[in-house]
Amino acid sequence: MSLLALLSDYTIQNVVIGAALLGLVSGTLGCFAVLRKQSLLGDTLSHAALPGICLGFLVAGTRDIASMLTGALITGTLAALVMLVLTRHSRLKTDAGLGISLSLSFALGVVLLTYIQGTNNAAQGGLDSFLFGQAAATLRSDLWIMGGITLAALALVMLFWKEFKLVSFDPAFAATRGLPVATLETGLTVMVSLAVVVGLQMVGVVLMAAMVIAPAVAARQWTHRLGTMVLLSALIGIASGVFGALISAMGRGLATGPLIILSASVLVVISLLFAPGRGFVWSLLSQWRARRHLRSQQVLTTLYRLAMEHKDTTYRTQQGMVDTYYGIGTRLSLARLQKNGLVRLRGQDALQQPGWELTTDGITEAQRILDGLGHGDRR
Amino acid sequence: MIETLLQSVPFQIMLTGALVGMASSLVGTFLVLRGNSMLSDAIGHSIVLGIVVVWLLTHQQSGPFQIAGAALTGILTVFLTELLVTTRRVKKDAAIGLVFPMLFAIGVLLLNVYARDVHIDTHTVLLGEIGFVWLDTVDVLGWSVPIALLSMGGMTVLNALFIGLLYKELKLATFDPDLAKALGYAPGLMFYALLFLTSGTAVAAFDAVGAILFVAFVIVPPSAAYLITDRLSWMFLYGGLIAIGSSISGYYLASWWDVSIGGMMALMTGTFLLVAFLLSPRYGVIARLIRQRGQHRSNETRTLAVHLYNHEDSARRDEENVTAALREHLLWDRGKARRVLLECLDRDIVRREGDILTLTEKGRGLAREILAPHGG
Repeated sequence: MSLLALLSDYTIQNVVIGAALLGLVSGTLGCFAVLRKQSLLGDTLSHAALPGICLGFLVAGTRDIASMLTGALITGTLAALVMLVLTRHSRLKTDAGLGISLSLSFALGVVLLTYIQGTNNAAQGGLDSFLFGQAAATLRSDLWIMGGITLAALALVMLFWKEFKLVSFDPAFAATRGLPVATLETGLTVMVSLAVVVGLQMVGVVLMAAMVIAPAVAARQWTHRLGTMVLLSALIGIASGVFGALISAMGRGLATGPLIILSASVLVVISLLFAPGRGFVWSLLSQWRARRHLRSQQVLTTLYRLAMEHKDTTYRTQQGMVDTYYGIGTRLSLARLQKNGLVRLRGQDALQQPGWELTTDGITEAQRILDGLGHGDRR
Repeated sequence: MIETLLQSVPFQIMLTGALVGMASSLVGTFLVLRGNSMLSDAIGHSIVLGIVVVWLLTHQQSGPFQIAGAALTGILTVFLTELLVTTRRVKKDAAIGLVFPMLFAIGVLLLNVYARDVHIDTHTVLLGEIGFVWLDTVDVLGWSVPIALLSMGGMTVLNALFIGLLYKELKLATFDPDLAKALGYAPGLMFYALLFLTSGTAVAAFDAVGAILFVAFVIVPPSAAYLITDRLSWMFLYGGLIAIGSSISGYYLASWWDVSIGGMMALMTGTFLLVAFLLSPRYGVIARLIRQRGQHRSNETRTLAVHLYNHEDSARRDEENVTAALREHLLWDRGKARRVLLECLDRDIVRREGDILTLTEKGRGLAREILAPHGG
C-alpha cells in the first residue's frame, strides 16, 4: 500500500492521530520527569494504571473509556502516594518504594482482571488488551478524549511554565521564593499519570515507561535550553508515534505499541551518537584529533631535541630511530608534520644518512611548544 | 502419606509459589540493600526476549541451558544500562527505563512474528499460570513432579549455595564496596553473578508467575524483612518466611475468590509488608509514634522539674510553683498540666504541699543533671 492509501484508511488515520497525541503529551511531560530524576516514576504509574482500569470497568459495568481512564488516573496517583509514604516514613529507599508500589499495584490489577473475567460480564472481552495496548481498536471518540487530556496537560504546562521550570531545576530556591513546591511536584506527577492514561490505548501499561523517558532523553542531547528541549521532545515523541503506527500498518500483524517504543529507542540511539556537541561520535572524534595532535607535537619536539643534542639544526633523524622512541605509528605523525611544512624528508648525500630534518618553521614551532611547557632549552 | 501430599495439586502449587518467593527474596535481599531494586523490574521484562529467542532456537524452555541462555538477556540489560550510564549522557534511572522496554518490545514483536511457533503468548508473559504447574510434569524416581517445581527448586538451591558460599564476601561488597574492592574481592563481578542468578530465577519463575509478578517476590519480602531487622542473616530468614506465608495464604484466598493465584500470592507479600511497616518493633510507624510520645512525655516532666528548681529559692516561689502557674507561665492547657503533674507525682519527682509544688530529692537531682549535665 502506498503512503497515501495508508493515510486515507479510516482505522489507520485513528491510530496515527492517537500515536501522535501520545507522543506529544508524553514527550512534553517526560522532560520534567527525566530532569527531576524521576524517570522510573512513569514505569510505576503506568503499571499502577491496570487496577484503575479494572475498577473503572467494575464501577461503570461496561467498557466505558472515560471511567476506566479516570480509574487509571486515580490509582496511578495513589501508587505515587504509596511510594512517597513508604520512603518518607520508613527506612526504605526510593528504588524499593518504586518497585513495591509498581509490583503490588500490578498484582492487584491482575487479581481484579481475573475477578472480572470470573464474573462472565460479556463486555469484559479484551480488557487485558490494555496490557500491551490495542491501537487498531482506537475509535474516533477515544481520540476526542485523548486529545482533550493532551490539551489540558499542555495548557497546564504553558500556564505554570516558569514554576515547573524552577521546581525542576532548583526546588530549594523555588521554596525560598514562596512557591508551593510540594503542590507543584504533585502536579507534575499527576500530569505524568495523564500521559500514561493517553498511552494506555496505544502502547499499553507495560511499555508506557519508555514513552515518558525516551523522547526526553533524545531531546536532551540536542540542547541545553528547557524550552527547546520540550519542543524537540514533543516532536520526537510525535515522530516515534507516527513512525511506529505507520510501520505497524504496513507490516504483517506487528503490534503498534512495541513498534512505537522501538522507533523512540532508535531516535535515542541516533541522538546519543550524533547530536552536535554532546554526541558520542563527535566526542570520540575530537578525542582522536587531540591524541593525533599531541603525538605530532611529541614527535616534532623529539626531532628538535635530537638536533639540539647534535648541535646541528639540519640533523637528519632516521625513521627507525623515531620508531624506537615511540613504538609504531610515527609515520602518520611525520606525514602530517611534513604536510604542515614543519619537517622534510632528505635523501642520502655524501655526508649524511637519509632521514627527517626540521624546517625553519619546524624549529620555531618546536621551540614554541617547549616554551609553552615551561622547559624550553634553547642553546 | 507424603506421597499423597506431594501428588496433591494445591500442595504442588503452594510449594512452587513458596519456592519462587524464597529463590527471589534470596537474591532480592542484596538488590534492596544495594538500592538496585528496579533492576529486577528491568530484568523481569527483558528476559521475555531471551525466552522467545531460546524457544525459537531450541524449541524447549525448561532445562538448565535454556534457563541460562534466556538469563543472558538479563545480564545484557544490566550491561547496556551501565554502558549508557558510563557515557555520562543519561542518568541511571533513565538508562534503566530506556533499555528494558526496548528489549521487551523486541521480544513482543518476535512473539507477533513467530506466534505460531512459540508456545507462550503475550498474556502468559505478564501473568503466568501457576494454577497449571501440574500439567507439565516429568518422572523423577517414579513420582511425577511438575517441571516448574523442579526448576524453581533448582534455582532456590543454586541461589542459596551461591549466597552461602560467598556470604562474607557478598556482605562486604554490599555494605562497603570500596573496602571489598581494595581487598580484591571484585564486587563488580560478584554483582554481575548475583544479577545472573536473578535473571535465572526470573526465567524459571516466568511460567509460574509471569514477568512482572516476579518483581513483587524479589522486592517486597526483603523490604518487609529490612523493616524488621538489622541483621543480614535474619533478613534472609524473614524474607523466606514471608514468601512461604504469602504463598499459602495467597493460594487459599485466590481459590476462595476465584482470582489469579499468582497475583494473589504477590498481593499477600504486600500485606506482610504493610504489617511490618506498621508493627515492626524497631522501625514500624506505630513503634516510632509510641517512642515519640514517650519522648514528649519525658520532656514535659523534665520541663516541670527545671521550672520548679529555678524558682525554688526565689521570692516569687509562691506564685511560680503552683498549679495555676503551669497554665499561665508554661502555657500548658488544663489537661496537659494535670497529666504532667500526675506523672511527676507518680514518679516521685514532685510533692504537693497545699497549693505549693516542691521538688523531692530525686526531682532536684534530675533538674541539676539537666542544667549541668556533666556535674559542673
